[in-house]
Amino acid sequence: MAQTVPAAQLVARCRNGDQAAWSALVEQFSRYVYAIASQGFRLRDEDAEDVFQEVFARAYERLDSLRSDEAIQPWIAQLTRRACIDRLRSGSREETTDESELAADPDEDAIARIDEALDVHDAMAGLSDNCREILDRFFARDETYRTIGEALELPAGTIASRISRCLVKLRDELEGRKPVPTQSGGQVSV
Amino acid sequence: MSAYNEDTLAELIGALPPAPQAWVRAAQELPLARTEIDQIVARAEADAEFREALIADLEATLAQEGYEPERPLLDELRRRFPGS
Repeated sequence: MAQTVPAAQLVARCRNGDQAAWSALVEQFSRYVYAIASQGFRLRDEDAEDVFQEVFARAYERLDSLRSDEAIQPWIAQLTRRACIDRLRSGSREETTDESELAADPDEDAIARIDEALDVHDAMAGLSDNCREILDRFFARDETYRTIGEALELPAGTIASRISRCLVKLRDELEGRKPVPTQSGGQVSV
Repeated sequence: MSAYNEDTLAELIGALPPAPQAWVRAAQELPLARTEIDQIVARAEADAEFREALIADLEATLAQEGYEPERPLLDELRRRFPGS
């Protein structure tokens, strides 16, 4: 879910062969890669899964070539974009012989929103575990008040007010941060 | 960056749903898969019969040898052994 260890620290640990760090890094960027593939490029699930695995395989292979650990997010975004475009082009070739029909343009508005969403999820790491869980379960996992209440052992009738309070805390957390420019469309030195 | 009212926050939290757990687990297991891939490739280079079996039926051969024929192991071996 939201990150609790800065990604750059995880990258440094991955370089030293720390498998737990790799696992955490995958967890941290799994939603991001999935969202770019499924929302930004609107890939079908089977293609999105191929892209997802390819992105992390390439990231694992080439992590040593990343010049700055801080650049992990735009690098992952770039790997994902390339993998999506390759997937769309190879799929199109199977269906058409006309090169001009090969469309692999992402929905840039959707990708900008995904970058902004990642900032929000990062900010959720500054909330209590309880708030983070409630917000994620309700908005990202579409769970009902009842399901959330049962999972977190809270009265279902209090979930709505807790969501409201947690959103206020999240807004405060975000407003306490400096704006982070979105970078997924940019070129990254590796 | 947009103003963070409740609706915007709700939308942005919802914009990143979890990836399917099986996909995440497969990617997390890459380091282990790499070790297995190295072992399998080394054996295939030394053992022509094993190599031919891999190319003929990758999944069955892996299962027979005690490996779990799952991603990302299958993806990487198919790349290493075209035609498998």
